[in-house]
Amino acid sequence: MYSTKYVKPNSTTEALEAIKSLGDGKFLAGGMTLIPTLKQRLASPDGLVDLSGCKLDSIAEEGETLKIGAMARHVSVAESAVVKKVIPALAKLADGIGDRQVRNRGTIGGSVANNDPSACYPSAVLALKATIHTNNRSIAADDFFTGMFETALEDDEIIESISFSKPTKANYVKFPNPASRYAMVGVFVAQFGDEVRVAVTGAGEGGVFRHQEMESVLSSNFSADSLSSVNIDSDGLISDLHASAEYRANLIKEMTKRAVV
Amino acid sequence: MNEVTKIDGIGSSVRRTEDKKFLTGKGKYTDDINRPGQVQAYFLRSDVAHAKIKKIDVKDAQSAPGVVGVFTGDDIAADKVGGPICGWVVPCRDGSATKEPPHPLLAQGKVRFVGDAIAVVLAETAEQAKSGAELIEVDYEELSPVVDFENAGEGAQIHDEVPNNCYFDWELGDEKATADALSSAKKIVKLRVRNNRLVPNAMEPRCALAEFDNLDDSYTLHTTSQNPHLTRLVLAAFMFAIPESKLRVIAPDVGGGFGSKIYVYIEEAVCVWASKKVGRPVKWTADRTQAFLTDCHGRDHVNDVQLGLDENNKIVGLRVDTVCNLGAYLSAFSVVVPTYLHGTLLSGQYDIPAIYTNVKGMATNTVNVDAYRGAGRPEATYLLERTMETAAREVGMDPAEFRRINFIPKGAFPYQTQVALQYDIGDYEPHLDKAMEMIDYSNFEKRRAEAAKRGMYRGIGISSYIEACGLAPSAVVGALGGRVGQWESASVRVNPTGTISVFTGSHSHGQGHATTFAQIVADKLGIPMENVEVVHGDTDKTPFGMGSYGSRSLASGGSAISKAVDKIINKSKKIAAHLLEASEDDIDFKDGKFVVGGTDKEKAFGEIALAAYVPHNYPLETLEPGLEENAFYDPTNFVYPSGTHIAEVEVDPATGVVQVVDWAACDDFGNLVNPMIVEGQVHGGIAQGIGQALLEDAHYDENGQLLTASYMDYCMPRADDLPSFKVGYTTTPSTVNDLGVKGCGEAGAIASPPALINAVIDALSPLGVTDMSMPATPQKVWKAIQDSQSVAAE
Repeated sequence: MYSTKYVKPNSTTEALEAIKSLGDGKFLAGGMTLIPTLKQRLASPDGLVDLSGCKLDSIAEEGETLKIGAMARHVSVAESAVVKKVIPALAKLADGIGDRQVRNRGTIGGSVANNDPSACYPSAVLALKATIHTNNRSIAADDFFTGMFETALEDDEIIESISFSKPTKANYVKFPNPASRYAMVGVFVAQFGDEVRVAVTGAGEGGVFRHQEMESVLSSNFSADSLSSVNIDSDGLISDLHASAEYRANLIKEMTKRAVV
Repeated sequence: MNEVTKIDGIGSSVRRTEDKKFLTGKGKYTDDINRPGQVQAYFLRSDVAHAKIKKIDVKDAQSAPGVVGVFTGDDIAADKVGGPICGWVVPCRDGSATKEPPHPLLAQGKVRFVGDAIAVVLAETAEQAKSGAELIEVDYEELSPVVDFENAGEGAQIHDEVPNNCYFDWELGDEKATADALSSAKKIVKLRVRNNRLVPNAMEPRCALAEFDNLDDSYTLHTTSQNPHLTRLVLAAFMFAIPESKLRVIAPDVGGGFGSKIYVYIEEAVCVWASKKVGRPVKWTADRTQAFLTDCHGRDHVNDVQLGLDENNKIVGLRVDTVCNLGAYLSAFSVVVPTYLHGTLLSGQYDIPAIYTNVKGMATNTVNVDAYRGAGRPEATYLLERTMETAAREVGMDPAEFRRINFIPKGAFPYQTQVALQYDIGDYEPHLDKAMEMIDYSNFEKRRAEAAKRGMYRGIGISSYIEACGLAPSAVVGALGGRVGQWESASVRVNPTGTISVFTGSHSHGQGHATTFAQIVADKLGIPMENVEVVHGDTDKTPFGMGSYGSRSLASGGSAISKAVDKIINKSKKIAAHLLEASEDDIDFKDGKFVVGGTDKEKAFGEIALAAYVPHNYPLETLEPGLEENAFYDPTNFVYPSGTHIAEVEVDPATGVVQVVDWAACDDFGNLVNPMIVEGQVHGGIAQGIGQALLEDAHYDENGQLLTASYMDYCMPRADDLPSFKVGYTTTPSTVNDLGVKGCGEAGAIASPPALINAVIDALSPLGVTDMSMPATPQKVWKAIQDSQSVAAE
């Protein structure tokens, strides 16, 4: 990597000041994407602002929501008693990300801000009607993800926490890419009384998306069998070395079936 | 062998003595070594597959911070340094020789694959060297890339010296007799199989540290090599034209090779050259991307097979036409792998009266292809065992029985195949029977039915393989085009207190030689194995040897050690006879003691050793003092491990995921020195075979870009991809060497891919699926199921 500056502020306020003073600086959350990118010399920021000192890693039940700090590591979410009690599917998702090393470093805020089309967390954010709280506003999940690696975040805007709505029932099932073990298709199904939300990651050319047809079918009949008649359109799905769009379409339906239990 | 030493002698599963340092992170690899004043090398590599180089501008790089020197192919050519050599060539069908184009250390005039080195930048740090390289400007005139090796003959010519991009067009066997046999056959089974291209992925990437000593004009090279002496020979005699004595090559701890570290690559040669040029030690360490792009790949064949059967389903003839991809340049053993290490194995375990094979080795704009665990034998086994299973299915026979009726019978050894090799010994039905018993073959249909109830397709697949290893009888190698001897050496030094230092020409890069070789010596001398140290990997310490590859270390290297120990025992008997005042003929050596037959007069081995070094009472007039012997062992034949592996899989039709649910491996490796280490080799080999069959695939796009150049896209086997292996043995000791041993290092990788693919096809056979290519990825399996269903619906 090219040499660069590194600062570790103690609050988001200090972090915002630091990023302004750097010119072209980058926030460093878990660094699971940024650090490899730097090592490959694919990026050369003027400096890194490490958010790990900003006290953004709390996890708490708040009324009808579960609020997770942006810097909570995947391992913390996976092992949190609160998460396991309130939304066990979210703990399961976190426990299946990457490998032990990635789970020890990677953060929920970093994953959501990066919006990698194969990341697991965006599907949970979307399906669980989450609200993304930044240093200056709150953004609904449906407005947050705007495209592959694209979000509604402004430059120099920091995610501080994410509030997930408590579902009646939820589940996440992914089919990992055999090599990278990122989601080749990951489906998060969440039921809120009569409403069912189905969010798909790993498959869309535009990143994570909700599947309206499956949502409406499951809203009227929450069963795997009810999905048999659903046709998953392969248009707009990613086609690569590991999975054609048609195969991904098949996996979306199959993973959704497996998530509906 | 000596009964009393069974604790740690031959046949005992002694824990590996070398593992403590590896398990505690204390191994010393080349990259762990640093020399005062060293500079770091970075290679600027081509990012296009095929192009003329119009201009290279290094001016800005030369003045970059920390840069000590920037050199191109012209600088090296000016010093008349040669490129890597091909160690084995074959004659072509038309009588011409293998086409051997030059391979400059740094590109001259042309680049031929993505990763081809164009320039080297030396700097104070690796990052500075890399930054310097970014300032080099290369002006290319791009040429049409040749990637599809089957049609490489029609592509743009890559080397002036290689017309139609064909390095060689070779044949073996009797074409007419085979044609006659096939035309008279009752049935001909035809199959086209592809052996997918693999990246070796040793855990430790390649590394070199070269140092020039201007006081005595000599070089020292630390490098990641499987054979330091060959590296020295090639560098000194063929590339630099310096005496071997002026180059010391040390291969310290080496983290795996699988064949990829046999050869001298351009990088270590450039480091040697540059160390003199700049007068400072030069170090280069590959990162994983460079390993993917520049380590020699493996396999990459297409084979067209025709197998003829008579009315009793006995094989009457076999013809195999192979096209293989050898990449941009010839590598040390790239020619012999698809020819004499492949075509000669086509008889397998079967009595086949007529065989003919033709192999075309093609040049493409991809990295060189050379030996990878098994080297030619996996490709031969894959095509043959896929064909055997297909034939059995087509004639409606149980695949095990079809093999059984075609096995070379036990009484037919030594057996002369129609493809040059003579198998000294073997007995194939016992390992088939035992493997079937281990996996409970007879109850398989019950398991298939039970799986079907769960919506899963269960299948079983057999592979009965043979391989030729223990490289190799030198005269045979020479007659077939090999340019090196294939003997192995050992020096056994008895120290004055009776401890032993063994110096071997073999090289251990994970195999466990320090343990296995010590067990041989301990067993033969009746001493504890803690008293035996094994030294390898340094041309200044060890006798000239050929290194480790081709499952040769025990059969050839171990045999050399055994011979040297025999010489030690013979000399010790003379010393004992003197000390015991007896005739040498009356001295028996047993359990570490020299005993006068029929008496209680004896001398322990340690007493003999001491007498040899403190020769106060010693027959100095007839015998030299000291106790140290050398041996060179040149085998009279290859050794022929064989076995049967049976795989059982379940396929999920909804996703195409293949789960390996059971595995029985029954191998005949002759005598086992350390069964635990052998079992480890079997496990590792099967894991690599499962990787090839289900997961791994090196994929270049049509522009010659390697799409699978990282672990994000190149899928290695992981623990959860593997079942718990059932491992068993039958034993027919090799008649070739005194130890009765064969080789076990590659067998797993040779045997396993066809067993697994046969099992997948068997699982899907109720759906009408009859073929499956490697790797059987979820997507591919799912597609095959979809296609079979749409055919059924029509």
